[in-house]
Amino acid sequence: MNDVRFMIDGKECLGKPGQTIVEAAKANGVYIPVLCHFEGLKPVGSCRICTVRVGGRFMAACTQPLIEGMAVENTAPDLEDMRKSLIEMLFVEGNHLCPSCEKSGNCELQALAYRYQVLAPRFPYLWPRRDIDASAPLLMLDGNRCIQCLRCVRACRAKDGRKVFAAVDRSRRVKIEVDKKLAAHLSEDQARRAMDICPVGAILRKETGFAVPIGRRKYDAVPIGSDVEKGTGR
Amino acid sequence: MAQEKDIVLRYPKDPSALLDVVRDVQNRLGHVSEEAVSRIAAHLKLSEAEVRGAVTFYHFFSLTPRGASTVYLNDSITSRMKGRTAVARAFEEEAGCRFGEVSPDGKVGLFPTSCIGMNDQEPSAIVDGVVFIKLSPDRARAIVRGLRAGTPASGQVTEFGDGANQSTLVRAMVSNNIRKRGPVLFGPHEPGAAVRKAVSMTPEQVIDEVKKAGLLGRGGAGFPTGLKWEFCRREKAPERYVVCNADEGEPGTFKDRVVLTELPGLLFEGMAVAGYAVGAQTGILYLRSEYAYLRARLEAVLAGLRKEGILGKNIAGSPGFHFDIVIKSGAGAYICGEESALLESAEGKRGEPRDRPPFPVQAGYLDRPTTVNNVETLATAARIVVEGAAWFKAMGTPKSAGTKLLSVSGDCARPGVYEVEYGLSIAELLDMAGAPEAKAVQVGGPSGTCVSKAGYQRKICFSDLPTGGSVIVFGPDRDIFEVVENFMEFFIEESCGWCTPCRAGNVLLKKKFEKVAQGKGTEGDLRDLEAWGKLVKATSRCGLGQTSPNPILTTMQNFPELYEARIQKGRDFVPEFDLAAAIQEGCAAANRQPACKEADHE
Amino acid sequence: MSKPVIATASLAGCFGCHMSLLDIDERILGLIDLVEFNKSPIDDIKTFTKPVDVGLIEGGCCNSENVEVLRSFRKNCKVLVSVGECAIMGGLPAMRNGIPIRECLEEAYLNSPSVDPEDRTIPNDEDLPIILDKVYPCHEVVKIDHFLPGCPPSADLIWEAVTALVEGRPLQLTYDLIKFD
Repeated sequence: MNDVRFMIDGKECLGKPGQTIVEAAKANGVYIPVLCHFEGLKPVGSCRICTVRVGGRFMAACTQPLIEGMAVENTAPDLEDMRKSLIEMLFVEGNHLCPSCEKSGNCELQALAYRYQVLAPRFPYLWPRRDIDASAPLLMLDGNRCIQCLRCVRACRAKDGRKVFAAVDRSRRVKIEVDKKLAAHLSEDQARRAMDICPVGAILRKETGFAVPIGRRKYDAVPIGSDVEKGTGR
Repeated sequence: MAQEKDIVLRYPKDPSALLDVVRDVQNRLGHVSEEAVSRIAAHLKLSEAEVRGAVTFYHFFSLTPRGASTVYLNDSITSRMKGRTAVARAFEEEAGCRFGEVSPDGKVGLFPTSCIGMNDQEPSAIVDGVVFIKLSPDRARAIVRGLRAGTPASGQVTEFGDGANQSTLVRAMVSNNIRKRGPVLFGPHEPGAAVRKAVSMTPEQVIDEVKKAGLLGRGGAGFPTGLKWEFCRREKAPERYVVCNADEGEPGTFKDRVVLTELPGLLFEGMAVAGYAVGAQTGILYLRSEYAYLRARLEAVLAGLRKEGILGKNIAGSPGFHFDIVIKSGAGAYICGEESALLESAEGKRGEPRDRPPFPVQAGYLDRPTTVNNVETLATAARIVVEGAAWFKAMGTPKSAGTKLLSVSGDCARPGVYEVEYGLSIAELLDMAGAPEAKAVQVGGPSGTCVSKAGYQRKICFSDLPTGGSVIVFGPDRDIFEVVENFMEFFIEESCGWCTPCRAGNVLLKKKFEKVAQGKGTEGDLRDLEAWGKLVKATSRCGLGQTSPNPILTTMQNFPELYEARIQKGRDFVPEFDLAAAIQEGCAAANRQPACKEADHE
Repeated sequence: MSKPVIATASLAGCFGCHMSLLDIDERILGLIDLVEFNKSPIDDIKTFTKPVDVGLIEGGCCNSENVEVLRSFRKNCKVLVSVGECAIMGGLPAMRNGIPIRECLEEAYLNSPSVDPEDRTIPNDEDLPIILDKVYPCHEVVKIDHFLPGCPPSADLIWEAVTALVEGRPLQLTYDLIKFD
């Protein structure tokens, strides 16, 4: 099949049929910020930070497939402010105490806040009461930090295909639960994968933490998305 | 605990049976116990977390006991306007527990619930599946006393409503309150005529007729029905489905309940016509749990249609056309009225909307091409096939053809169902319903528009004021802020929680709105309300979040003077923080009197 | 011309942000040339003696006294700055925010195993400030003009911000200056 021609903020790009805007943009050196998406997993459009505008309509770039000739707006000031709002929303919705979080410096939510210069959220803090589940032998699940991206729900399955993590309840009460029986038999690799796939510090491998010193962590020196933009001179 | 085991083993080892098993367990045991979760998970090869996820998504399922009998009292704004508060207090006093709790003796559980489709006869409640309407505090007490004394809810209904509500298979107190019968839905219809007419045409001709009639989806979104059928038919697939969306959950709408009660045959014919048009053999009626009391009769009507050859194999004398209908139940989730969430729920999962594309017409129920249509749409389509596109197109306006069923409730003399032609003005409707003093009219439910007097010449049609059917009238003494708060609370509770703006944004919007309502707002706060509302609308994943800020945004637009009057003009910053309130708990815990200086500091 | 005046306070914080302010090393000599300190724990001036140009607030509001001090800063300072995570979002003290204050107090003073069994009382001396139902970020109590994140904000960030504010130029917050830990 032929490549799909499309534009992002006026830049001519080429993508593959069926590719999503986020993936195609990445292949063209354009970073579209996104939290819930993880390469190789079915996109779910839950964080909405990748919202772009096409023909006046807003859409999530992580779920929207390319359409021949589409003109994508990615960095319009009002769009960027919407994204910043959504990042701030995630901060006030949970209890994100960066100074005491093992993921600090490697956290994608925090990294986006740095990139978007979030100094103080425009929204009031909601201070929900959330649980910490440390019953699994290898990992712990801290609901305070969870942003409902559903990466773990999609990625982590037991050998027989059953889901290790699942969303329970609904509305503002929705939370991710780890299946106690399946979690009891997770391998070291599975636990590590669960932690690595979590964009924030909600899933942590027990007995480790703060392994990389401040200054050498993933987002200490370079903004998130820099790898995508490298060489494009943004 | 052999009971759970017995129930679970009756079901196929198929994950799509999940909600059916859960419903069975919930109905028999009053909750879905840990034992049940574990057995269901093992039987269906799901993780226990997944089972818990599905149970907790639906309002009428619970992991903890909900009492031997369970009262679900409607929490819609109309219920409140008609005396819900006193009724709720009576329930609480008699039961000896608060709403959200089970009485100490375990006999009665009290729970609030979103609109149950009885807005024209509030306050209403569902008690163990039985609907009680026009509740008074005395009646509430009597119900609880009866339940405690061993009289089941069904035994406490002694008067029945009109029409088919009296049928032996329904026997409900519910009234139809049909105030205006129009020519389309309530016109004379010979049973079976629509299916017979359809099979005398080609499927393409049926689709063409519906397209020519200009039929737009009656659920509110207004997508052209013929086009939807055409898209569905065009997909290459071994199977296709027709799904009837009978999950009307928009507060204030109840017209589909009346169609399901009085015109089920016409509706099922419409489904068969749709099946013929798109090339489907199976229809699914997704019936909201609140209308479960109609299910036995609907099943009986289906059985009758099968006997008459209107459903089943080679129907209406057309060799090779097979079509039958199954009923699937919801379990208390407004979001399941969204077509892709409905499909997820019909497949036995949490009712979370899907991303589009693919659209349901491409990959719907079990990933097969599926046309999802509203109850009224399908019944209307059946009539169009019989009477022809020209007949239909002659009614309504050029772009909004035909008639619309309206569910009118609130402060009016004649609440109920009206079949009116599109193009009717609000003023004309208020005149019909007997509401000369209306201060505001909510058209299209909370997700629609709150219209002030200045807009009473506006017309009900897709290009001006579209509505799925809900029209709520507010009299001169009503507090619009209370209405907005009730609507926002509804959206917060009914959000599926999947995407950030809807899950968190609505909570933050309501918080900001309350700040303004409490007189602590500034001009900046009003600007925030507008900006945050636009943000939630623009970035939400489905129709719920794309419309949930409307109660705030449309009242700000149509009642600006109310907002102006509440804010502190000229002030740059007014905190929501209140020292006197913030120290109250600490003082009480330490057994201290707040010193005057702290309390009066502001 | 008189020098710009600065005041500082630590509310529900750990004084770490003040330490970070002192951590600007030899630049502190330049700072002293540049500005005059008024009410601040650094010079131990207890009350405002003149109008202040820039107020720096460390810590959030966890009790009635914090609120009183913060309000007096707002009254006396032209520009008010939230310095550090606690001022901006409550910080570690705000870990109690999801828990009712009665439960917190009972755990700390009545039920904890380290409580003297002879003296199980929730402190109630009239001279003690009253604890708030939760820890509030400063900007939810008064209007805050600028925010310097970090736990603590780096000395470089504080230096950049303070010099920019007293010189009346816009803050240049480069990527390396914005950190939440």
